[in-house]
Amino acid sequence: MNKGKSMKINLNNKEVSMAGESFSVRELLNLMHFTFPMIVVKINGRLVKKEDYDRVFIGDGDNVEAIHLISGG
Amino acid sequence: MKSKLEKLKGTCIGIAGCGGLGSNCAMALARAGIGTLVIADFDTVTLENLNRQYYFLDQVGQKKVVALQENIRKVNPAIDVQIHDVRLGPDEVVNIFKNCRLIIEAFDRADMKLMIIETITERFPDKFIIAGSGLAGYGENNALRTRRLGNLFICGDETSEVSAALPPLAPRVGVVAALQANQALEIVMDDLAPSVGDDVWDE
Repeated sequence: MNKGKSMKINLNNKEVSMAGESFSVRELLNLMHFTFPMIVVKINGRLVKKEDYDRVFIGDGDNVEAIHLISGG
Repeated sequence: MKSKLEKLKGTCIGIAGCGGLGSNCAMALARAGIGTLVIADFDTVTLENLNRQYYFLDQVGQKKVVALQENIRKVNPAIDVQIHDVRLGPDEVVNIFKNCRLIIEAFDRADMKLMIIETITERFPDKFIIAGSGLAGYGENNALRTRRLGNLFICGDETSEVSAALPPLAPRVGVVAALQANQALEIVMDDLAPSVGDDVWDE
């Protein structure tokens, strides 16, 4: 039996446990139900540009901040 | 040592977009005593704008930046109001706002909000940006708030999207615009330090 690894991240100031070792930003946003198309994502204080969501990975201990940008002004 | 109001008088703030957020935020900063405002928008005042934007019936048809400059001068002609009648992309954002201490994001579209947040964070890591997100409809006073992520502040409820059933209306738009202006005052008057290492992922 192959027991999967797990990781803990801090997402918007809440600790979240996840099965797996790392996720791309896009995978994490899908898993966490960030549904609007425009989102500000910061990992450990650094902004991840939208074009980099498949290239940047989140691992154990990372601090992730994600906020929806909603149309209207 | 400079007084807090003197600091404000010596400060330049950029406002990207002169719709509901931008026009109301500009007027609040003008009345509070800002020294210089750099305002940018390509749009024209319409009748439909008057349910929330700081314009008047006789300004319908005017360029928003021209009308807003006029309204600011009616309150305080000493404010230096620099206007840019232009559609903003990354290059324009950099050129127009390079001398501003902080930038107010006051666009309508979410993709434009992300564009300016990415541009300012990448090109001006020492500048603050104050964005609006979620202001449609009415009620839910206490859902409107401000969150800080490094040099980025986001004001609004982060959920209510503008639609036919949930239009933008003066009170909630005005509250979010005032939250943005109030945050700007805190940054300037209390000399908030930019976050170290608040940059863009790059590898």
